[in-house]
Amino acid sequence: MTTLLTRKKDRIDELAEHGDSLSRDAFRRLSRNPVAILGAVIVLLFVLVAIFAPLLAPKDPYFRYLIDEVRQNSPLPARPGFPLGADQNGRDVLSRLIVGARQSLIVGVLATVAGLVFGMLIGGVAGALGGWVDTLLMRFVDILLSVPSLLLAISIAAVFKSANQWTVIAAVAIVSVPIFARLLRGAMLAQRHADHVLAARALGVHERSIVLRHMLPNSLSAVIVQATLTLATSIIDAAALSFLGLGDADPNRAEWGAMLGDAQTYFDIQPSLAIWPALCIIVVALGFTLFGESLREALDPKNRR
Amino acid sequence: MLRYVVRRLIGVIPTLFVLSLLLYVWLRSLPGGPATALLGDKATPEKIASLNHTLGLDQPLWVQYAKFIGRVFTGDFGSSLASSRPVGAELADALPATIELSFAALLFAVALGIPLGYLSAKLRGGFFDNFTVIATLVGVAVPVFFLGYMLKQWFAVDLGWLPPSGRVTAGLDQTKITGFLILDGILTREWDVVWDAIRHLILPAITLGTIPLAVIVRITRASILDVLNEDYVRTAEAKGLRARTIRNRHVLRNGLLPVSTTIGLQAGLLLAGAVLTEKVFVWGGIGSLLAEGIEKRDYPRLQALILVAALTYVLVNLLVDLSYALIDPRVRVR
Amino acid sequence: MLREGYVYRVRRALAAAVSVGLAVSLAACADSERGEGGDGDSNATLTIAGTGKPKNFDPIFNDDGESFRPARQIYDTLIQNKAGTAELEPALATKWDVSPDGKKITFTLREGVKFQDGTDFNAEAVCFNLDRWFNMKGAAAQSQMIYYGDVFGGWAKNETDAGGDPYYKSCEATNPTTAVMNLNKFRGALPAALTLTAFSISSPTALKKYDADKVTQSGDSFTYAPYATEHPVGTGPYKFQSYDASNGTTTLVRNEDYWGEKAKTAKLVIRTIETESARKQELESGAVDIIDFPAAQDWKGLESKGMKVEVRPAFNVLYMGMNEKNPKLKDLRVRQAIAYAINREQLVKTKLPEGAEVANEFMPKTLTGYASDVTEYKYDPAKAKQLLAAAGATNLSLKFYYPTEVTRPYMPDPKAIYTSIAADLTAVGIKIEPVARPWNGGYKDDIQQAGKHDLHLLGWTGDFNDAYNFVGTFFGREKPEFGFTDKTAFAQIAAADAEPDADKRKAAYEQVNKDLVGKYLPALPISHSPPAIATAGNIDGLVASPLTDERFYTVSKS
Repeated sequence: MTTLLTRKKDRIDELAEHGDSLSRDAFRRLSRNPVAILGAVIVLLFVLVAIFAPLLAPKDPYFRYLIDEVRQNSPLPARPGFPLGADQNGRDVLSRLIVGARQSLIVGVLATVAGLVFGMLIGGVAGALGGWVDTLLMRFVDILLSVPSLLLAISIAAVFKSANQWTVIAAVAIVSVPIFARLLRGAMLAQRHADHVLAARALGVHERSIVLRHMLPNSLSAVIVQATLTLATSIIDAAALSFLGLGDADPNRAEWGAMLGDAQTYFDIQPSLAIWPALCIIVVALGFTLFGESLREALDPKNRR
Repeated sequence: MLRYVVRRLIGVIPTLFVLSLLLYVWLRSLPGGPATALLGDKATPEKIASLNHTLGLDQPLWVQYAKFIGRVFTGDFGSSLASSRPVGAELADALPATIELSFAALLFAVALGIPLGYLSAKLRGGFFDNFTVIATLVGVAVPVFFLGYMLKQWFAVDLGWLPPSGRVTAGLDQTKITGFLILDGILTREWDVVWDAIRHLILPAITLGTIPLAVIVRITRASILDVLNEDYVRTAEAKGLRARTIRNRHVLRNGLLPVSTTIGLQAGLLLAGAVLTEKVFVWGGIGSLLAEGIEKRDYPRLQALILVAALTYVLVNLLVDLSYALIDPRVRVR
Repeated sequence: MLREGYVYRVRRALAAAVSVGLAVSLAACADSERGEGGDGDSNATLTIAGTGKPKNFDPIFNDDGESFRPARQIYDTLIQNKAGTAELEPALATKWDVSPDGKKITFTLREGVKFQDGTDFNAEAVCFNLDRWFNMKGAAAQSQMIYYGDVFGGWAKNETDAGGDPYYKSCEATNPTTAVMNLNKFRGALPAALTLTAFSISSPTALKKYDADKVTQSGDSFTYAPYATEHPVGTGPYKFQSYDASNGTTTLVRNEDYWGEKAKTAKLVIRTIETESARKQELESGAVDIIDFPAAQDWKGLESKGMKVEVRPAFNVLYMGMNEKNPKLKDLRVRQAIAYAINREQLVKTKLPEGAEVANEFMPKTLTGYASDVTEYKYDPAKAKQLLAAAGATNLSLKFYYPTEVTRPYMPDPKAIYTSIAADLTAVGIKIEPVARPWNGGYKDDIQQAGKHDLHLLGWTGDFNDAYNFVGTFFGREKPEFGFTDKTAFAQIAAADAEPDADKRKAAYEQVNKDLVGKYLPALPISHSPPAIATAGNIDGLVASPLTDERFYTVSKS
């Protein structure tokens, strides 16, 4: 018991001295957590591959090199120059996987950012203002939430004139808006009665200032965590939409979900055609989730013991 | 208490009303009207226009909506465009299938999930724990349609142990009473039907239940971990209570509380996952109806289904909140 | 209270889990004990997996292959196609005579035939059916009788915009075995069109008893009569038992009093499995005996696993439409350039099933009226570029529409076909913008109603042995699908159809085909593709039909 108390006292003194910030503390915890490191490494690799994709791809992902050898619309096995084989259009699978990373990153990031921005707007306003504004906005969010998310995504994608990457992004983004809205509003509401806010108000600080400089930053940690998790699910949802035929109309564009959907029919002939994109989706989603979960644990003030 | 429930229930109605209006308008903005779907290959512009007129689809939107609301109050949800059967009857027929599947999936998720989560928490940091954590994260990341396809391929095609799709072997004579095949089979003592239905249920239940399983394992693990660190557990240990007693009376009782609310929420969300699973396993439940409805722009069916889905989700949420209110009196006062 | 609940639930859940585990292992044992194969020949249940749900069981109100599939087993028509061909042979009518002016067709009917409800089949029944179609009332009902409108033109009282001048006048039952059909005008498609499943003969007693004509509109949709949904009665080799709407499973049982060869299996179950890979898994796991439309890439795999893949002769055509609403496409040279740019040989060789051929005309070779010497557009990208330059269309940009969520016999994989064609067109400098729309959710609307496309893929499986069924349906009149407005072409086709003399008609259609490809080129014919039907190794007796309307009563399961 005594050791515990002493440790706590030392910690408080340390904090008082260094005015330690939440983020620095979190970073320290993260860098010691192997799971977080694994997640971070995967995310970093993914982002690098996505950015440098055209340079990394050994061949042109769109050119039908081996089309003349294709029979019965079937893919071709691996051979020199085509380490993972060719798809049913004679295109190099490896190059398409690499370029697909870029596509997934774009879709995932844009969808998450869009969902985040709109969600935060709605949730932030609702949480800050409270009252009838809160009720109205949350009703709207509830309606969105009451529809099964996949159905919502499908429906949104189906409305557009023709499916392309923008419709996929829009569909996935809209599905995540309510989550961010709820999250931010919850965090803001919790803070309205928090001590530091009351204190600031008592001191006569401007309401807008309170929102921007006191409530928002403290709510952000939850949002950041959710963003990484949403990125993971965006990639999976985009894949599901492609599987259902609501993805990009251009079969030339290399996208993991579309590749997986196509490859299922060839599973007995060439299972690798499906396994590679599936693995990519799973690993990347996993990476973001690992990182996000670790981040959540790291940022959780309860862990500061 | 009662006032709280009533207040919540009343709050549901405007949500549903607005939702139905939004649905109505949005569904009709979907391209490709039912006329083309109904006419199929032989559609020509004149036939399409003619059919649209017959169906009353060329009238102003608010007129159509008013008529729809009028019919709803008499219990008539219209007939499905895809199947030409009354939507209400269709829903009633399909519901037992989905309930059976959801129940089996949830059973799978809970029966495996809670023990795994508990073990993982107790053996924290060990190989088992790390493996389980990674496995659950993967479980959430695997696309459901891919998982279903793979399970079918391994267990139905390659090994031949289980049937690949459907609820029951085609041509098998069965007497339908409630629509719940297993229950009906037991009631009529048709044991081959019961057996057949169970075999058909296994793969879809695992497919649908994988994500809830992962979630339940995680929540159970986290919650048990929290409890294990609590002072009262340490007190109980210090008091010298048997491990089993500590587990049953303190750890599980408190640790499983958040888990139970999660289970409730997962049950509500199973409907979404069912769409993909039912498509892969040709299940013929609500999810299949949904998928077909979207494909064929079946407005009457989609309207009814989405409203029912919303109602279900809202009710489940209400039940969960109520259970909180039962346990935690502070919630009621607000 | 709570604690008991949880522990109890956990314990119960664990118990359930253990029993599930036991069940799985028992299932494996049971299966191997039960063994494969049926319970002997004639008591077997034959299971077929189709691609879509049937709409209802009164064929006059249907127009799609999956609705016709069960109807084909329940009913007979007056004339049928010889199994595996598109040749006519007697069915309910043993003989038919067409008068020289084509306005009177006399049917000699088969004797001793009974409907499945025990009532007699005779000339009165035939006339009852023919009159029933002609006199059908209500816009709802008429709008659903697609084939009737196409073949017979109109009704006694047209209640929709789609009805025109009726060809049908009346029917006389001169004696129980002779029925005479009187027409107002000659119709080239008759009597061959009577092979259509839509024109199946139903039991008048049952039609009356179950209110068969009551097609009503409720809200946004249709409801059909009890006859169509639960009590179809025909003369065919299988009787209707039940239909499970939740998964589209139709159960039929053998008709022990059939006038012809009795069905070899006691039960026939038709299931609906929309995804091709799922159908394939069903067949491979032994859960179904026959699947329709296996994908081209699966034929070899299925055969290597001991399945039989029956290939049907290709009685269809796939074309790429070139919408002349776009002024650039109005120039014949541009359309010809596109024709030269596409490597159809490569497409057929790499993307289509074995046995597919390049199509040079808009109808299959086996049809009367097929011309043997039409302009061939052999693959020549240099010439394509030349023509484009000459027409001043070097920077052409086109919207190319293709459908998703669909397999058609003539178009097994739309995306694959699109990819090949788009690549060829891009190679000669045309910029292609892809537009994918679901088959049932906007594709047909956009193509056939609004004409929003520049290029599109579509095709047709022949219904019966008549050239008009192809070229007339495509180019018989002005349609937004092609933006093709040449009235002389329409007149030419109409004249060919109206010609009663068989030889003259043949020559007229041959000329039509020559002109369509050489002079007008409103679209480019691409391929004829043989669709297949796959069966398990222990299935015999299936005769594949080019019209994809197989009858399964000859199929046995050992």
